[in-house]
Amino acid sequence: MSDPRPEGTSADGARLSPLHDRHVAAGAQFTDFAGWQMPVRYASDLEEHHAVRERAGLFDLSHMAEILVVGPEAAEALDYALAGRLSAIAVGQAKYSLLLRREGGIVDDVVVYRTGEDRFLVVANAANRDAAVTELRERSAPFDCEVQDESDDIALIALQGPRAAEILENLDRLDIDGGPDAEAGTAALRALRYYRALRGDWDGHRLLIARTGYTGEDGFELYVSPDAAPALWSELLDTGAGAGLVPAGLAARDTLRLEAGMPLYGHELTAETTPAQAGLGRVVALDQKQDFVGRAAVEQAPEGGRVLVGLAAEGRRAGRAGYPVLGDEGVVGVVTSGALSPTLGHPIALAYVDHGVSAPGTELALDIRGSRVPAAVVELPFYRRPTD
Amino acid sequence: MSDPASLHYTAEHEWIAVDGDIATVGITPYAADQLGDVVYVDLPAAGAAVASGAVVGEIESTKSVGELFAPIDGEVVESNQAVVEDPSLVNRDPFGEGWMIRVRFSALPELLTAEQYAAITA
Repeated sequence: MSDPRPEGTSADGARLSPLHDRHVAAGAQFTDFAGWQMPVRYASDLEEHHAVRERAGLFDLSHMAEILVVGPEAAEALDYALAGRLSAIAVGQAKYSLLLRREGGIVDDVVVYRTGEDRFLVVANAANRDAAVTELRERSAPFDCEVQDESDDIALIALQGPRAAEILENLDRLDIDGGPDAEAGTAALRALRYYRALRGDWDGHRLLIARTGYTGEDGFELYVSPDAAPALWSELLDTGAGAGLVPAGLAARDTLRLEAGMPLYGHELTAETTPAQAGLGRVVALDQKQDFVGRAAVEQAPEGGRVLVGLAAEGRRAGRAGYPVLGDEGVVGVVTSGALSPTLGHPIALAYVDHGVSAPGTELALDIRGSRVPAAVVELPFYRRPTD
Repeated sequence: MSDPASLHYTAEHEWIAVDGDIATVGITPYAADQLGDVVYVDLPAAGAAVASGAVVGEIESTKSVGELFAPIDGEVVESNQAVVEDPSLVNRDPFGEGWMIRVRFSALPELLTAEQYAAITA
């Protein structure tokens, strides 16, 4: 058969996560991801996917870039550097935002945590670390603040799934800041809302505990020092074993985020796509008075052009990145991500299609290696978690 | 299940079990592991003529698409409908129930031994 290894797999000079030894011991398969050797799966990516939807999964995201912006004018600097109004978020709050090019395209999508009045943590994609650091430094130069690349000093573990909260509450030696006792800490953790974060300490190591994620499930992202990460990883797996927690790799992470309709940089988001095309117009603070890099280009961007949609098909063959999307009279778009949805049992895809064929219900087709497979435009997300 | 040590192999990660003039073809555990969970298998129908090196089938996992190459010239006498119905057999039993096609051949090309194949994937 054709070479089954993912493109670009190579151990030469690759960066290793602080959890690498844990992954090797667990029998993980690795893939090159933005120069890092990261676990793609431990045993079965489908099992890992289902575990996150039904129970919980633990992800190593230590390759992500963490950039600290600190100083009296850090908020103003980020208002100018990013497309959102970060000065409006409260301490302990997080916001999804975009780092735009002057021409309106996307340098990266980021999650920003306000960890103090004059302190923000910007989490960027591993592949865009250098670009994000460079752009943030340049753009914040006129402001009284500093930009520090902390990526090498921060590991990231994501605990995701309907049983994530229960597992974290049961973690021994976890102290939540502000609580006078363990009970108050557990209450604070329970009360932590989506896109909020609090500080804590595990076994003497500082933690930032955020109720964020990239799976479409409830869950937490834990920012911790690389020294403490391996012990925390093992302790979480032990604590969650009874609840069905398993380590999950990047393959499951990709199908989970795809079902949740979340864009991935390099696929749905590129230097050439505008926020409006990607369906991220709401992220751009055009209703605010402030100027930000890329604002003029976004305001003047012509209407029309291709827009991001969800496509659902029948059968089992999935459209993959780069496959053409067909209308009655030829190519009307291109797939950016696609898979057989493990949760839904049918193929799903994210695709850029011409504006005129982007309405939900529009019948299109995928060109799957020469065969025409019917596919319909559907509302995003493909999957929404049941709420209680 | 076939004894892996007695099988023939290709550099394209296929195994071939020879019985008389019939060759049974599957993909190796290494290939199955690299693909991840297989979710779709497309195989040629019985009666199809195949040529060594030609693409004769598709093996899709959640993450990627692999092509099955014919390792030998001949005619397909049977394709494994069980693996089409339940593609997870490729991961669970690649040397056994996860076989792909049976081909009637007249001449066996030069193939790799188990040792030679192991050296490729080491």
